[in-house]
Amino acid sequence: MVYALLLSVFVIASCGLVYELIAGTLASYLLGDSVMYFSTIIGTYLFAMGIGSYLSRFIGKGLVTRFIRIELMVGLVGGSSAAVLFFVFAYLESFRLILYAQVVIVGILVGLEIPLLLRILKDRLHFKDLVSQVLTFDYLGALAVSLLFPLLLAPKLGLVRTCFLFGILNVLVAGWTTFIFRDQLVGVKALRAQCVLIFVLLAAGFAYGDRLTTLAEENLYTDDIIYAKSTPYQRIVLTRWRDDLRLFLNSHLQFSSKDEYRYHEALVHPALQSLGGPKRILILGGGDGLALREILKYDSVQSVTMVDLDPEMTRLFSTNELLRALNRESLHSPKLNIVNADAFVWLGKNTDTFDFAVVDFPDPTNYALGKLYTTAFYKMLDRHLNANGAAAIQATSPMFARQSYWCVVKTIESVGLHAAPYHVYVPSFGEWGFVIASKAPYLPPLVSMPGLRFVTSEMLPSFFQFPPDMSRVDTEINHLNNQILVRYYESEWHEVSQ
Amino acid sequence: MNRRDVLMLGAGLLAGCVKAGSERRITGSFVGASYDVGHLLRGGAIPRASDTRHVGVVIVGGGIAGLSAGWRLTRKGCHDFEILELESEAGGNARCGENRVSAYPWGAHYVPLPTKKSTYVRELFEELGIITGYENGEPIYREEYLCFDPQERLFIHGRWQEGLIPTIGTTSRDREEFERFKEIVDGYKSRRAFTIPMEFSRRDKDLIELDSMSIRDFLDDHGFVSPALHWYVNYACRDDYGCNYADVSAWAGMHYFASRDGEADETTVLTWPEGNGWIVKRLRERLADHIKTGVLAYRVSQESVDVYDVQEKRSATIHADHIVFACPSYLAKYVLENSPPVEDFEYAPWLVANLTLDSFPRERSGATIAWDNVIYDSDSLGYVVATHQSLRTFQPETVFTFYQPLTGSSPAAERTRLLNTEWQTWVDFILADLSKPHPEIRDLVRTVDIMRWGHAMIRPKPGFIWGDARRRLAQPFGRIHFAHSDLSGLSLFEEAQYRGVVAAERILCRDGL
Repeated sequence: MVYALLLSVFVIASCGLVYELIAGTLASYLLGDSVMYFSTIIGTYLFAMGIGSYLSRFIGKGLVTRFIRIELMVGLVGGSSAAVLFFVFAYLESFRLILYAQVVIVGILVGLEIPLLLRILKDRLHFKDLVSQVLTFDYLGALAVSLLFPLLLAPKLGLVRTCFLFGILNVLVAGWTTFIFRDQLVGVKALRAQCVLIFVLLAAGFAYGDRLTTLAEENLYTDDIIYAKSTPYQRIVLTRWRDDLRLFLNSHLQFSSKDEYRYHEALVHPALQSLGGPKRILILGGGDGLALREILKYDSVQSVTMVDLDPEMTRLFSTNELLRALNRESLHSPKLNIVNADAFVWLGKNTDTFDFAVVDFPDPTNYALGKLYTTAFYKMLDRHLNANGAAAIQATSPMFARQSYWCVVKTIESVGLHAAPYHVYVPSFGEWGFVIASKAPYLPPLVSMPGLRFVTSEMLPSFFQFPPDMSRVDTEINHLNNQILVRYYESEWHEVSQ
Repeated sequence: MNRRDVLMLGAGLLAGCVKAGSERRITGSFVGASYDVGHLLRGGAIPRASDTRHVGVVIVGGGIAGLSAGWRLTRKGCHDFEILELESEAGGNARCGENRVSAYPWGAHYVPLPTKKSTYVRELFEELGIITGYENGEPIYREEYLCFDPQERLFIHGRWQEGLIPTIGTTSRDREEFERFKEIVDGYKSRRAFTIPMEFSRRDKDLIELDSMSIRDFLDDHGFVSPALHWYVNYACRDDYGCNYADVSAWAGMHYFASRDGEADETTVLTWPEGNGWIVKRLRERLADHIKTGVLAYRVSQESVDVYDVQEKRSATIHADHIVFACPSYLAKYVLENSPPVEDFEYAPWLVANLTLDSFPRERSGATIAWDNVIYDSDSLGYVVATHQSLRTFQPETVFTFYQPLTGSSPAAERTRLLNTEWQTWVDFILADLSKPHPEIRDLVRTVDIMRWGHAMIRPKPGFIWGDARRRLAQPFGRIHFAHSDLSGLSLFEEAQYRGVVAAERILCRDGL
């Protein structure tokens, strides 16, 4: 019996350490800044264990039953901790709070374990042997896990499954204990039923709580995937490397947090500065809230309507801590009205007009997206602009897809709008092109928005200059019934990728 | 039981729960065509007429021809007319349906850009906002109504190619023959030999003689042996006339290729999710006060039309100053007193199915999904994607409209087969055909609704176009005016509309309006 209990010490010690390692790894994986998170999590965990040890003195009778119950709780809370944290990261606003709350709860429970075991064993061993043997197995368990975790468990099983696996070990210890003390326990059947229940829950978690992503997908991305979800509309993947956060939609890069300010400042300010006191704004696409962040810098703005197809995008960017910091809570602005709808269909039904519109759609990689760059679309957009209104349109790269870019420009012009083409350099994208489509010819702004990191009044004129390698080429006009842009785009990016 | 067993057991139980009920069943039924009521004409018990009323113009038949006659009368200020339609809604071959996913056609599903001679079509299209203006004399079309790119693709030798003229696996000989065929077509075009409406076609002797042979014989006589070319011409005949090219007059066959005289963009077509049902809906709105549905005209004379109201089971006699006989002309022998001979009017039976899919089939090699998707060497004509004209960027579910002319043996035998074959048998047949390009189709299809058209299209067999029967019926018959696309020998929207408008014009002319 003694050796059985000492083996339990070994197991529960390893479990205790695993939960701590997983909390630290997950926090630094999802949030970055590993030194800070590892250090504070270890500190909090040790402190919570201290609390647990202190609280153990208040447990009098029914030591073994209490011990079994504590094992089950550790198994449940600790074992599911990684899955819960991934869920919280994706769906809730309070990731850090829940992270530390978990660490404290698991810490307290683990802190209770060893004192209780010592007391269970105290009549069966001499004090010097008791302390020596329990602590020896405790440290051995810790050593085993600290080696297994980085070498085998995390890379092979992943964090979520490793976590469930160790939760199961806790439950097995609990179950085993019910056998060892079967003669002394009251209500042993109820305890065993609890063991089985929690075991099944954790086993299901282990079976289905698969890795966040497939290995194949991870190979597509150079950085760590911290969020991945397939919505009915697209696959959303967030990656992080140090403090560079990247968003991919259907594996196309949408932004890098390192330089997205260049893109979004360039998308919004050249047009918006030139409009006197714009009030009503429309954003088509742009569910990440980054263009919105720039728009909200203008005090004159009274209302913003954002039409983005995918509710998951606007949800993710309005709840996740990292993303909310990036868009400066723009999606929580009281001026904002989010509409999750198909932009073309919405424009067809809606009759509102706007002072400024941002048109930030994915590149025309297929015929479905190509529709959003046709004369039919721009005619409809035209009807939604006020007399002095303008729209800023992302229009792919004039460098890599030169014909495509100038095709967008020509298509806009063909519906009777004035087009002001311009481009900027965004390191993660390369040379990128935009077009200001306006009812009246575009005039450069007289005033400039202070505090911008990229679009300044000195820089602005240069955006509108095109060097010979990106200068205008003649193209056809993109109609619904020729979709010539998709054909240009396909051939040009095909060349680039070769 | 060890831990692994327990684990696997738990996993198995969970998996079982997820899988239960995933066995799918395809639903659907036959729709449309009131065969029982229609067959009353062949000696059913119809009560004697109990009421009488007088109407200026009675239009028998609410297809495109009948609706167009009504449209013309209204436009010219004549409102004393009724359109009698047997089915529960007007529209004829151009009717459409709609479900949660999309609207879809039940038959005619596009109109090519109207030629300059199709003045009535252009007039209608201006009124409906399809033509928004003119630039240098050329119409400007509302972009949303033009067929979006990509328009056509062909599944051939295991992959999809763009366009319907076979390019994959063709030899230089094939290409030479296509080139030579095009030269012949261009020759006719430059003579303006064939027009739409066909009534304006040239009557040169060599052209009229084309009507005495089949288009297949024409190809053979000109030394065309390319299987790809023969397939292509046969496909065109099955598509537009519902007949094998051996049964199609060379005049009609050549008309298909040479009637679009370059005045309009030849390949561009106008279409809507519900096909020509879009036009029907607008005509119906305009003529709502005049259309009587569920009404069978069972006897037509020079002065009156006897009608049977299917719902109320009552008959009435309508006295009329003029009658437009805008239903298929073969019906004249059942309802018209002293009917001129109509035995030469033969019709091709068709099957049209609308398949609702949970998702698009997986795209494999070659061209991506188009509006019209044709399978080489198939009995069917492939499928049209009803959601193609949707402006949505994201379209998870869709409706495919599957077209199958029954060209196997005689029209009468095929018609019997059409009506006697079970729904499930047709579904299996359709899915077998579509599984050539889409092996997984059975798992994607949720519903298959099938329309059986017994007399879908006039058959322009050799001798019919320039024969006496057709030409006689195209002339007024006392106070009765025939108006149907079968008077042109070509089942086309433009011809139906032309015949309807011409009938209305003749009436207006006689009344001195």
